[in-house]
Amino acid sequence: MELFRTTNIDWLGKKWFFLGFSLIFSVLGVLSILFWHHIPLGVDFKGGTQVRVAFDKAPNEDHIRQAMDRAGVHDARIQRVSDPSGHAANKVIIALPESTATDQSHDAGRQSVESALNANYHDSRFTVEQVEIVGPTAGKQLQKQAWLATLYSLIGMLIYLWFRFELIYGVAAVVAVFHDTLITVGAFSLTNQEITLTVIAAILTLIGYSMNDTIVVFDRIRENLALSRRESLHDVVNRSINQTLSRTVISSGLTFLTVLSLYLFGGEVLHGFSFALVVGILIGTYSSIAVAAPMLVAYQDWRVSKGKSVTLPAGKRAKV
Amino acid sequence: MGKNLAGKSAFIVAVLVIFCFGIVGIPHGGLTQSIKDRIHLGLDLKGGTHLVLEVHVAEAVASATDRDVARLEADLQKAGVTGATVGKTDPSRPQTIIVSGIPAAKLSDARGVLQGSDYGNYDVVTTADGNSTLTMKLGAVRDLETRTLDTSIETIRERIDKLGVSEPVIQKYGLGENQILVELPGVDDPARVEEIIQSTAKLSIHAVTGGPYETDQSALAANNGIIPPDSMLVHGTGSAGAPDQIWLLKRVSEVEGTDFRDAQPGQDQNGRPNIRFNLTTEAGNRFYNYTQAHTASSATPGSMAIVLDNKVREVAGIQSAIRDSGEITGAFTQQQANDLSLMLRTGALPASISYLETRTVGPSLGAASIHQGIVAAIAGMLAVMIFMLIYYRGAGINADLALILNLVILLGFMGYTGSTLTLPGIAGVILTIGMGVDSNVLIFERIREELRAGKTAAAAVQQGFAHAWVTIIDTHVTTIVSAMILFLFGSGPVRGFAITLAFGLFANLFTAVLVSRVIFDAILQKKERGAALSI
Repeated sequence: MELFRTTNIDWLGKKWFFLGFSLIFSVLGVLSILFWHHIPLGVDFKGGTQVRVAFDKAPNEDHIRQAMDRAGVHDARIQRVSDPSGHAANKVIIALPESTATDQSHDAGRQSVESALNANYHDSRFTVEQVEIVGPTAGKQLQKQAWLATLYSLIGMLIYLWFRFELIYGVAAVVAVFHDTLITVGAFSLTNQEITLTVIAAILTLIGYSMNDTIVVFDRIRENLALSRRESLHDVVNRSINQTLSRTVISSGLTFLTVLSLYLFGGEVLHGFSFALVVGILIGTYSSIAVAAPMLVAYQDWRVSKGKSVTLPAGKRAKV
Repeated sequence: MGKNLAGKSAFIVAVLVIFCFGIVGIPHGGLTQSIKDRIHLGLDLKGGTHLVLEVHVAEAVASATDRDVARLEADLQKAGVTGATVGKTDPSRPQTIIVSGIPAAKLSDARGVLQGSDYGNYDVVTTADGNSTLTMKLGAVRDLETRTLDTSIETIRERIDKLGVSEPVIQKYGLGENQILVELPGVDDPARVEEIIQSTAKLSIHAVTGGPYETDQSALAANNGIIPPDSMLVHGTGSAGAPDQIWLLKRVSEVEGTDFRDAQPGQDQNGRPNIRFNLTTEAGNRFYNYTQAHTASSATPGSMAIVLDNKVREVAGIQSAIRDSGEITGAFTQQQANDLSLMLRTGALPASISYLETRTVGPSLGAASIHQGIVAAIAGMLAVMIFMLIYYRGAGINADLALILNLVILLGFMGYTGSTLTLPGIAGVILTIGMGVDSNVLIFERIREELRAGKTAAAAVQQGFAHAWVTIIDTHVTTIVSAMILFLFGSGPVRGFAITLAFGLFANLFTAVLVSRVIFDAILQKKERGAALSI
């Protein structure tokens, strides 16, 4: 069986379409981050108290809210847990903002939630399934560490690609990965889903995946450039994308399949995590074709317009 | 190629066997362990409590300088330097002692004391007017902080051990020098754990200089409106209906929690609960000097207050001089005596602590998420494997074998190193599987291209691997580089991701390139020259 035996699509000719597509989603995400839901950081990073409660019977959210109010907890956010497959509707997450978890009275929030529930739920039994309390110091520290670790690892990849290819390849790959991360975080903001530590792991996975995808295309470009010096970069890039297209579609399709099954059957705990991967695999595959490769050509065109050099950044010879 | 196929096959089998033992354990006496025992699951997957504590190490530094202030005062007196003021004036610099008002005639005597070996831990700066500033050396501060953290970890470990939790993790955490990570599998009541750790808070015995008073105001009034600088007001616990009395205590403690060598609950001759204790030799000598001077029959009888968590727990008169063993008798119940002696025995924390993070996952939630995670992962993998078989036919078997082997190696590695599988770790496994499949797809697509170009099966395999290899190396090294950086700079969950990812990628290089190649070569060897390849 073979798909895409010979494709001859002019990918670069669609660059304005791609640019528009990327811009729309990036801008939507950025607007949501700036003006709407911001970056919906979970309790991991923001600090605060979050209690996940499973009731015997499906609870009434208003009833819970009243119970909290009576106990003097006025700023609780009550959210029913929804599973992608529609199960587990009798679970509720009760979240209190950071002010309730200072480093001093660490678990005051948890205590008041539990006592409010104890006082108000005699008819339906409940179990506290999960409690997360993060003090403000710890949250900020985790946030800083996650950003720094991601930043350093991007720099590490950039340096390796610079060493193996040319600087512009590394820059293009990092820009593509940044584009993917921005759109994924934007998707979290638009849908107002919380970014937790496991979501960060998923975003790191997407960075790794997108980078992998981009390098495959770049490698073929480098190889083709070394073989045919006379062809224009535009044609070489198009041909390289087409040559690797069947591998791109198969690999991404299969990874997407794994991730999709995680999203559908993985349960609500993995919900945010697998959502990031589902979005990430799609966007990561798209960006290697629509963002990273066109950047090489754009860079080349810019060099030509500056009258610098007509030869393309061929990259170092592929030799291991 | 086909050269040394037997050797390569043997190597692959050997690697496989080694990692299989990683999963089931090295057999001893015919017994192997189950995979459940070998692969440590993170608390997010099996349920339990995860705590991050901060030890206020600066407190230990402050209390060490407090003690040195008292010591320095005594030493200066002994050297005949009178009239000097010794104290800490800047609360933001707890490691600094200022000596002022030394009479001009006594300057050299004072200098002799300050530069003595007793104060070797301090940098001494003397100004023209004879005032001196002692600042604890940076190395000494660091040492003290490290020791404080180590002692805290040790103390918490002893307390946790008494809870009977199996496989607790208690270790330094984060990049700073003052955090402790406590992980308690299977414990889903963080309140109880916090209480037990918290109850180990700071314990000390102080000399009582005044009191009891009813209110802060009356305490101030009794002392002419000013609390002496070497003293502090401490409230009683006010528990069990007792009034919340206030005592004036010497700031510097006579004995600290760490000075106790042993403590046992018991009863005195009247049947009242008491605590019998032993002190370390050094603390015993110190305590002897103090108690001898203040027994009930001496000219200056005194009492001692037992302070726990900055609350006076008990005040007792000094009956007789105590050297290294003695007893505390007071109005406490037998249960309180038991608790208190347990705290003394396991040593009190050298500094107070606060909680930064508490995460508890109930066992049912953990079990549900691992169950669903595994079902989803297996479903995904099966779908991938079936697709590979349909799409690449014979070669699909190579890919599927490589995939299974990859998983075996990864699990075996985790079994050997005792690394913990967490949710983010599963993310690493997914990326590994994705890249493993991708390596095979890259190779197969390349072989197909070569076949289309009219090459023979053997040449196509040779060329396909040669071309794909370059790409595979680039993608894998890039990702390994980033995994290593994530491991270095990330904390807990990010690290879990980095570990499985890095090792999964090494396993990939082995399976996708070597194993897959050997299978191809073995097939090609059996075929006639020019026969078609099932790909």
